[in-house]
Parts: sequence; structure tokens; C-alpha cells
Amino acid sequence: METVHLKINNIPVEVPKGYTILQAAKEAGIEIPTLCYLKDINCIGACRVCMVEAKNRRGLLAACVYPAEEGLEVFTNTPAVIKSRKTTLELLLSTHNKKCLSCVRNQNCELQKLAAEYGVDEDRFQTEDPIYEIDDLSPYIVRDNNKCINCMRCVAACKNVQSISVIGAIRRGFAAHVGSAFDKSLNDAPCVGCGQCVVSCPVGALTEKSQEAKVWEAIADPNKKVLFFTAPSIKATLGEAFGMPIGTNVEGKMAAAIKRLGENVKAFNMDFTADLTIIEEANELVERIKTGGTLPMFTSCCPGWVKFVEHYYPEFIPNLSTCKSPQAMFGAVLKGYYCEKNGIDPKDVFVVSVIPCTAKKFEATRPQLRSNPEFDDVDVALTTRELARMIKRAGLDFAALPDEDFDAPFNKATGGGVIFGATGGVLEAALRTAARILDGNFEKIDFEEVRGPEVVREATYQVAGVTVKVAVTSGLGNARAILEKIKKGEADYNMVEIMACPGGCINGGGQPTRSDSVSNYVDFKALRSKALYDQDKTSEFRVCDDSPIIKMIYDEYFEAPGKEKAHHYLHTSYTARSKNYQ
Amino acid sequence: MADNIPFKGTQEQEQKLLEVIAQNKDLPGALLPVLHEAQEIYGYLPIEVQQMVADGLGISLSEVYGVATFYSRFSLTPKGKHKISVCLGTACYVKGSDKILAEVEKKLGIKSGECTPDGLFSIDSCRCVGACGLAPVMMIDEEVYGKLTPENVGAILDKYIAEEGGNK
Repeated sequence: METVHLKINNIPVEVPKGYTILQAAKEAGIEIPTLCYLKDINCIGACRVCMVEAKNRRGLLAACVYPAEEGLEVFTNTPAVIKSRKTTLELLLSTHNKKCLSCVRNQNCELQKLAAEYGVDEDRFQTEDPIYEIDDLSPYIVRDNNKCINCMRCVAACKNVQSISVIGAIRRGFAAHVGSAFDKSLNDAPCVGCGQCVVSCPVGALTEKSQEAKVWEAIADPNKKVLFFTAPSIKATLGEAFGMPIGTNVEGKMAAAIKRLGENVKAFNMDFTADLTIIEEANELVERIKTGGTLPMFTSCCPGWVKFVEHYYPEFIPNLSTCKSPQAMFGAVLKGYYCEKNGIDPKDVFVVSVIPCTAKKFEATRPQLRSNPEFDDVDVALTTRELARMIKRAGLDFAALPDEDFDAPFNKATGGGVIFGATGGVLEAALRTAARILDGNFEKIDFEEVRGPEVVREATYQVAGVTVKVAVTSGLGNARAILEKIKKGEADYNMVEIMACPGGCINGGGQPTRSDSVSNYVDFKALRSKALYDQDKTSEFRVCDDSPIIKMIYDEYFEAPGKEKAHHYLHTSYTARSKNYQ
Repeated sequence: MADNIPFKGTQEQEQKLLEVIAQNKDLPGALLPVLHEAQEIYGYLPIEVQQMVADGLGISLSEVYGVATFYSRFSLTPKGKHKISVCLGTACYVKGSDKILAEVEKKLGIKSGECTPDGLFSIDSCRCVGACGLAPVMMIDEEVYGKLTPENVGAILDKYIAEEGGNK
């Protein structure tokens, strides 16, 4: 590899050619502050916070875009650099809504952090604040442009990562702002609700549509039974909201915390309905292969991906598995089976899912998911961030909580359900079960070919004379590329797993906000995924069919995959939507 | 924006736009020349036209809208039968043309950059028409009106309104 030699604050470093000053400085142990830069997503040198000085270079250089050159001598903390950064921050603050105390990103905001580090005068430049209406009409995301600093990270995530581009830069100068075309609400845009814009935002301009208040209200109602369940990935990320290292598995503390939110609260394990999804989905796959059904079959547990197909590739709707997502299945199981079994009126039950996702908030309201036409199966879908805020407000010392089990009867799951939270996990779990349906003696459990960080993973398996060709990707830009390949007849997969968010649910739009130090320098996706694969490895059961709860619920209620009751409660349909604005 | 004025594009205009898109489609940076042509064809860039451009070039509407709102020469609202242009250049501004603009806006009930619902008048501001000696100045179509005061502007507009057989 060709390298270059340079000095950062007199520290010599050797870095690969093509590195930026920012990357080279990190090698020298120096973190240059950034705001608009987001690794792999946004690199436009626009905010001017990363300015540095270099010998024999005129003016200051933007470290995030300036290449590390042979012999370059860079200084990151000279008076000129500090003055420039400070002024830039003061200019940004001049039009920023500075109601930090009540901001959802208080103490967790990149702008606030830098303002403190540089000791800025937030009122140095007096301007007439532009007033923007807050857009809270969509079921998933709230935009408050009064807090936006026009860093364009959300725009880049939407365009470069997700290939959707329903938000963009509008107008210029003081009137410049971010929004959808013709300044329409996000609710009227062909947005899929993935929330990658939210986790890209360095400030409080983008948040999920918070539903915590509704949950607190239900908990305060003695006539309600409040049934929580947590998605597979939450255990791998929730700890971050309490300062624990990335990739800490906090399953036990999470269950303990939820149970302590109220006397009428139960904490269930959604990994169980991940298992249930696999039973139905693997059977659907085998059925489609054997009967010449529509192939490839696409996974349907990711609501961002499902909505993407509905808006942009409705011709592929028949390829989506008809299985409900684990969230939707759990809602149906609780308001159906659980209420029946315990003699409870479903109207006295309040179902709260905790999911890594903003799009699941929309999914919860899909009319075709109602197993009873009178009410939604899932009442509220909370993001990981919202659960963390609830735990904090409840005054619980999360790190000091004991590890407890989830509540029976939905307390146990298999490793196959656990890995749902990482890209490739659903497919791997489905392969474990499908292989067993085809060949009762099939032994392989680890399908490592479909794991890992590569953008697209493909594999072909031979089971009992049947060839199963599969592919996995995550991120909707990558999904689009696969769909185009299939359209052109260049790929003949049997099953494709797609997650809207890069890396899968562990990097979902509802996960704890990361600091830029993490986003730009730490492989947080790998660390979070590892927590799930580690748990899978040591799970008592690893193939979804082996779960005793799965056996129980089919024996007691659903009879067999695809049977009438299973079909009513566990399968769904989709709606073709326009790719244009409403 | 301009919601009060329905889009009245013709088949012929659409055909022209599709040709322009086809000619530019594979060129880098095609959006800007296509928007220029689109504005030539339609006189302005309503959502219907921007959507055609987006679909034709395979980019999102929000990107098209971003470019259309970045450059002040692009107009998102149609121009009226009579185009009123109030000069806000230095000489006119010093002579109080901001008050002239405000009076015109008040009289027609629309803001600068907009068009009346009946499609008769649109108001814009401009920078110097080369008649600084007559400041403050406005143009209606090709006619220049100088030495304006908030008091005498109304009568000038009334002449045009009367010509169109209306009463404002």
C-alpha cells in the first residue's frame, strides 16, 4: 500500500495515501472536531469546524476533505484555528434555537459539546431568528428546523445511503433550510420512515415522534395491563444510553427495568416472535420452492424495506413474504391467544413494543395488521431511546439493576430469534429451519457465509436435492441495486433478506444516538452485532423450531404453520403506494 | 405556493419538455439546463413540471426543488398577463421604492413573486432598469413609470385594471 508521511502537531505519522488530514490526525491520537462530517455518509467540508493550519499552505484547511500529503506539517490547535472554530460556532448559534434545557438532545448534542469546549458566546451575533413550523405530521419523525444547523447529514443519509432523497436543501442564504420538496410535510412525501436521518442528526432537529406520554398514561391506569416486549437488538444497544460500553448485552437489566416501570407492567421477549416468524417464513419459503411460487421471496420483517417496496417497487409486492413482522405477530399473539387464554378483554390490554426503529411506529398503525378490525394489535411502538428516557424518568439506576428473566410465558427464545437484530440474521435463522424441513437430519447451524460486513453476501446451499440460493444486503441503496439486478434477470435467488438500515436493526433509526467520536472512529455496528452472535452461540436452543414456547403455542393455538388460525393472526398483505408526493 | 392557480400545461408543452429531457438525460449536470428549458416552455416551474423533470432524469423531486429554489431566476409561480416589476436598485430604494412595492402588493392582494388568482398581474422586484433619474421606478410590461409615490401608484394600476374590465 502506498503511504504518505506527514506531521500533525509535530508528531510524525505514516498513513495510507488517500487518507484525509482528519483520518491522519486520529492516527496521531488527535481528534479534530467535526459537525457536518459523518464517516461513509457525508463528507462535504461545509461546516468549517474542522479547520486546521498547515505550513506553506495559504489560509486554513478543512481537515475532513483535505488529503494527507507527503511532507505536510499540520497544526490543529493554533490561535488562528481556535478563533476560526469559535467564530464558526458562534455564527451557527446565532440562528439556532437555544432552548437546550428542554431539548431531547440536551447533554447529547454535538453543537452543545463543541460550544462548551470552545467557550463560545452564544449571543455574540444577534440576528432575526427565522421561525420554522415544526413538522410533526408523520407517524415516525419530527423535524424542528429551528434547531437545524444545515449540516446536510440527514440529506446525505437519505440520498447516499438509502437512495430515497425525500429531503433536500431548499433556498439559499438565511432562507436555506432542509425539507421535502415544495416544503411539504414528511408525511406527504414517499418517505419510508427508516430514521437514518434521525441517527445522523448532530443536534435536536430530528427526533422520533415520541409516544412515551401515552405509555405513562396507560401505566397510571389501574384497569390496564401494560404488556411490553423488546426487539432482539435492544439488548445490544440500550446500555449505551446509560454510558455502558458499546456491545454490552443488557438483556437481564432491561427486563428488570421494564418490570419496575409499574405494577401492571409485564416484560416479554420479542425474540420469541422472531422464532415464530421464522417458523412461518421458512415454511412459506419451502412451499414457494416446491410449488413454483413467486421467487425470490423477500423477508418482510423490516417495515422500512416493506414501505420502500410499496412506494418504489410495487411490482415486487408478490415477492414479499406474507409473514407479519415479529412486532406485528407479538401484537396479534397478545391480543389474541394471550387474552383468550387468560380471560382478559383485549381492550384492557395496552401493548407496547420496544423497537430499534422509527418505521415500526408506522407499521403499528397499518390497518391490514389488525387481527380484530376494532383496534390495533400494537398500541405504541417505542424506540430504544424512548425506553431509555422512561427508565431514567422512573429513577432507576440501570447499571445497578439485577439481571432478571423476562415474564412468562414469553420469556424464552432461540439463538435464531436473537440474531434477527443483525443483518443476515433473519436469513440465517430461516435457513436453519428450512434446511431441517427439507432434511430432518441436517446438522449445519452456523451459516457464516451470510454474516459479516460485506455489502452483499450471496450463498448457495444444497439440501436434500434442493438448491437454495440466497442473498443478503442492508441499506436501501444496496437493496435497490439488488432489485434492479433481479429485474434485469441477472440474479436467480430463492430468498433475499433486506434490512433498510445499514447493518440491520442494531443500527436502526431508533437506536441510541451516537456521538461523532463513535460514528467516525468506532465500528459500532460490528460491536453491537457481536453481542447478538455471542448470545446465539451460547443459547440453549439455536434453531427456532426447538423453542419450547414455539411448540406450546402451535400445540395450544396455531396448530401448524400456514393453518387457518396461523394465517389469520400471523400473515398480512401489502399496499402499492405512489412514489410521488401526496 | 401558487396553489390558487391551477396548472394548465398543454400536450405540446409536455412533448417539448420530454424532448429536452431526452437530449440532456445522459449529460452530467443535466438538471440545470433542463430546468432552464422547462421555464422557457412553461414560463414557470410548478410541481407538475418539476415532477416531470425528476421522473425524466431519474432523480428525486426534492433535489429538483432544491435547485429550482436556489437560483432566483427560476420562478415557481406563473407570471401574469401584465408583469409588474418594481425597481429596488440603489437609487430607487433610496427614494423609497420599498414603499411603492408595498403599495402595489397591498393594491393587488399578492406578494412580490406571486401572481393574482385571475392570472392578470404578477409582481416582481428588479435591480435597476437604467432610469435612475426617474427614481423610484416600476415597469408594467414594457412601460416604465417614474417619479412614483405611494399616492400615485394606485391610479396607474387602476388604468390596467379598467382595461381588463375588472375592479379591484
